[in-house]
Amino acid sequence: MSARRIFARPARLAAIAPYVWMVLFFLVPFGFVLKISLSQTAIAQPPYEPVFDLMAGWGALKAAFAALSIDNFKLLASDDIYVFAYVRSLIVAVTATALLLLIGYPIAYGMARLPARWQAVAMVLVIVPFWTSFLIRIYAWINILQHDGLLNQILLALHLVSQPVVWLSTDSAMYIGIVYSYLPFMILPLYATLAKMEPVLEEAASDLGAPRWQVFWLVTFPLSLPGVGAGVLLCFIPIVGEFVIPDLLAGSNSLMIGQTLWLEFFTNKDWPVASAAAIVLLVVLLVPLLLYERLQKRQLEQGR
Amino acid sequence: MRKVSRLSRFNVASLALGLAFLYLPILILVIYSFNASRLVTVWGGWSLRWYHEFFNDRAMIEAAWMSLRVAVSSATIATLIGTLAAVALSRGERFRGRTLFSGMLYAPLVMPEVITGLSLLLLFVALNAERGFWTVTIAHTTLTMCFVAVVVQSRLGSLDRSLEEAAMDLGCDPMRAFVAVTLPLIAPAIVAGWMLAFTLSLDDLVIASFTTGPGSATLPIRIYSEVRLGVKPEINAICTLVIALIAVVIVIASLASKLSSSQGESAAPL
Amino acid sequence: MTDELPGTDAIAEAVGERQFAAGEPLLRIDGVAKTFGTFRAVDGVSLDIKAGEFFALLGPSGCGKTTLLRMLAGFEAPDQGRILLGGKDIAQALPHERPINMMFQNYALFPHLSVRDNIAFGLKRAGMARADIATRVAEMVALVKLDGLEKRKPDQLSGGQRQRVALARALARRPQLLLLDEPLAALDKKLRESTQGELMELQRRLGMTFIIVTHDQEEAMTMASRIGVMRDGKLAQVASPRGLYEAPRSRWIAEFVGDVNLFDAESKLRDGHRLVIGTRDAGPLVVAEPREPFGEVRLSVAIRPEKVKLSRRGPVREAGHGTAINQLDGVIADICYLGGTTTYKVKLDAGGMLQASVANSARLDVDAYSLNQPVVAWFTPDDCVVLPS
Repeated sequence: MSARRIFARPARLAAIAPYVWMVLFFLVPFGFVLKISLSQTAIAQPPYEPVFDLMAGWGALKAAFAALSIDNFKLLASDDIYVFAYVRSLIVAVTATALLLLIGYPIAYGMARLPARWQAVAMVLVIVPFWTSFLIRIYAWINILQHDGLLNQILLALHLVSQPVVWLSTDSAMYIGIVYSYLPFMILPLYATLAKMEPVLEEAASDLGAPRWQVFWLVTFPLSLPGVGAGVLLCFIPIVGEFVIPDLLAGSNSLMIGQTLWLEFFTNKDWPVASAAAIVLLVVLLVPLLLYERLQKRQLEQGR
Repeated sequence: MRKVSRLSRFNVASLALGLAFLYLPILILVIYSFNASRLVTVWGGWSLRWYHEFFNDRAMIEAAWMSLRVAVSSATIATLIGTLAAVALSRGERFRGRTLFSGMLYAPLVMPEVITGLSLLLLFVALNAERGFWTVTIAHTTLTMCFVAVVVQSRLGSLDRSLEEAAMDLGCDPMRAFVAVTLPLIAPAIVAGWMLAFTLSLDDLVIASFTTGPGSATLPIRIYSEVRLGVKPEINAICTLVIALIAVVIVIASLASKLSSSQGESAAPL
Repeated sequence: MTDELPGTDAIAEAVGERQFAAGEPLLRIDGVAKTFGTFRAVDGVSLDIKAGEFFALLGPSGCGKTTLLRMLAGFEAPDQGRILLGGKDIAQALPHERPINMMFQNYALFPHLSVRDNIAFGLKRAGMARADIATRVAEMVALVKLDGLEKRKPDQLSGGQRQRVALARALARRPQLLLLDEPLAALDKKLRESTQGELMELQRRLGMTFIIVTHDQEEAMTMASRIGVMRDGKLAQVASPRGLYEAPRSRWIAEFVGDVNLFDAESKLRDGHRLVIGTRDAGPLVVAEPREPFGEVRLSVAIRPEKVKLSRRGPVREAGHGTAINQLDGVIADICYLGGTTTYKVKLDAGGMLQASVANSARLDVDAYSLNQPVVAWFTPDDCVVLPS
């Protein structure tokens, strides 16, 4: 027994409530998604064949299993709409994450080089927009990007363009929206690793004759890779499943997977196909999710 | 040799541009909410017209009220359970099912909301639960307690363990040591966790859309359906009010945590 | 805690006489061992500590001294062995069940509580009456000279003041045993020296039993009445500071405590009650017969630098003793001026190197030696210690 273990016993009791909650409202629902993704579409309300009734006994259970089918997954694989949606989601996520890294890194780097007192201020300034509503931030951009919005007015006034540019319902608008919404998620982990870095390391590198860009490329950047990894995962994973931003800012001719899922669910009322789409999305994200989970755990549980 | 300044011109420029990028759109939105003109393009002078419009919009007010209720209740439950989870993870050492437990807590942080929303809806349908206030509250609690757990856990992890040992050395059993020493010291993180949960809930569109029932739309759901139809100046006013509300919550909470402890260190919201 | 709390001056009486017969140890550590994974942190330590002692556990980092202290406080439980406090085994008792208090290395002051509340913390847990707590806190504040700072929070105090709060907090419950984990490590040198004096004075006045853990041998020597040197989880030697320095039990201890010249023995000859030990680096050395025989192990001869005297070349006569017995010829190879003393390195004609520490007793350096000057280094047989390697 050690001091840590003296505390461990009551601390473990604290796990009971959150454990039960998460099993009930996180784990079990996934079971339902899996089950329904394997069942047939029905016209009834709710629009799928009922989940098997555990009270009905073994025979019913066997029958229920027999009724399972992978038709929904076959449909996903055969219909171009879904395949395109998955591919598009990945392309958008990769592009947006790269943009975020490109834009977020200089900002985080600048923050880390501020005097200590100003670093705290800069951090608050980066976090505060995150506290304002996600939807509001997208809406703010619609204001700016619309046909007679501020951006076009400025461009016209400066005679950079002769007639209003179409911004809304384009991929550019979507990328602006994604970068805008996810920027704090990229900056904060980058800043955290950059701020922890000893400034003497850079000084030592320049003392040993490295010019500035080499100091950055050979010392600073490699040491910030853990932060890069965290920032990339933190942005990439949710962007793949993003719904609101492409729905409001991008055109409707090519959809991301989050949008098709939404469409199947709310418009076509095809719950089994929506569930199957969710399962596939989850499988696609499994590797980055596991990576992220490991990262998070290491960060928090090493503690000091 | 010339002394190399730590902050280069490039650093300053990227900081200034970055912050401008983050704040200008919101600033523009706030300014336009006071525009008297119906056309967003034309500045028609200062006016509170769109605020009046909002306060006379019964459906909007109802949605806002629903959102507030859900945010307060889900944030409170999430703070309670999330803090317990953080304590278990950072003080519980090894226990059976720990890996599953921490996995379940970290996954929702990045899980696409469409999946979380869909899976919870299927659960509520299977349980034959009436969808409305409680289903949205449960859904939001599930999501936000994970954020609370992370914020509180990082504070617990950075806490000097010898403080708890000192408390035990001075006659506290583990439970009393936690209440007398640990709890006051992690209080700022718990407050930050509550605020985070509150704003996340107030913000959420996707999960609420899946888990709510007919006739109980939240504010984001209303705003979303309006925005899809095009820009409406009233939305600018609502958004400004929401921003103001969140700003007030942040200020109150940070004042409270400053008053409650003279400790300089306060937990970061993320 | 009893209802009737004795005054500060009565503590010695209470601890020393109420519960224990004279001579009985207050604390008996009996074959205690603790393993972390495969690492044996503490490996069968047995030790008796009497009431009123100021005992120091000394050793390099990782030697197990802190683990041993944490087992006394109750933060770790031993895998084996017993810890008897006043005859009662407390090895498995929880920290809050022990009449032992600890002063933590970084003080572990509660940052959200004032000085007063920090000191009162343990008293409240003991269920003392409010008025009694106020009296006791005032008494403690006066004892550690913190008057006027009662309302401050720890982050408004200097390092020295924090150290005093930690001390007052640990003393407030009047423990039978006070444990101090590197109590002065965070203080600067000057403050450390004055605080050492204050701690010793306090311990004498209260007549309490202190166990201090430190890696600083000077600190242990200054403060403790007895020192236990630990190495690799075992107690290497337990002795008074003087015993430790002048009669170390092994070569490792001789090197760990203070500076020492060591010469490996190559041969051994008995000459009455003296031994003549042949060394490669310093030639034959005449030493006093060790108290206990060593058998056939490899031996070394140890001489402390301040025991070595230097003279200009020529036979050296010791007052009233005729010719000094160990006379080694050499030249000064290195001079290190340290203020109060000067350390000379003498390159011996026999081949080895010998350090001599000479007090600078006169301000003008008429007696000082210069580099490459031929000298005689000499010392008596009693100044040498024979050690097993």
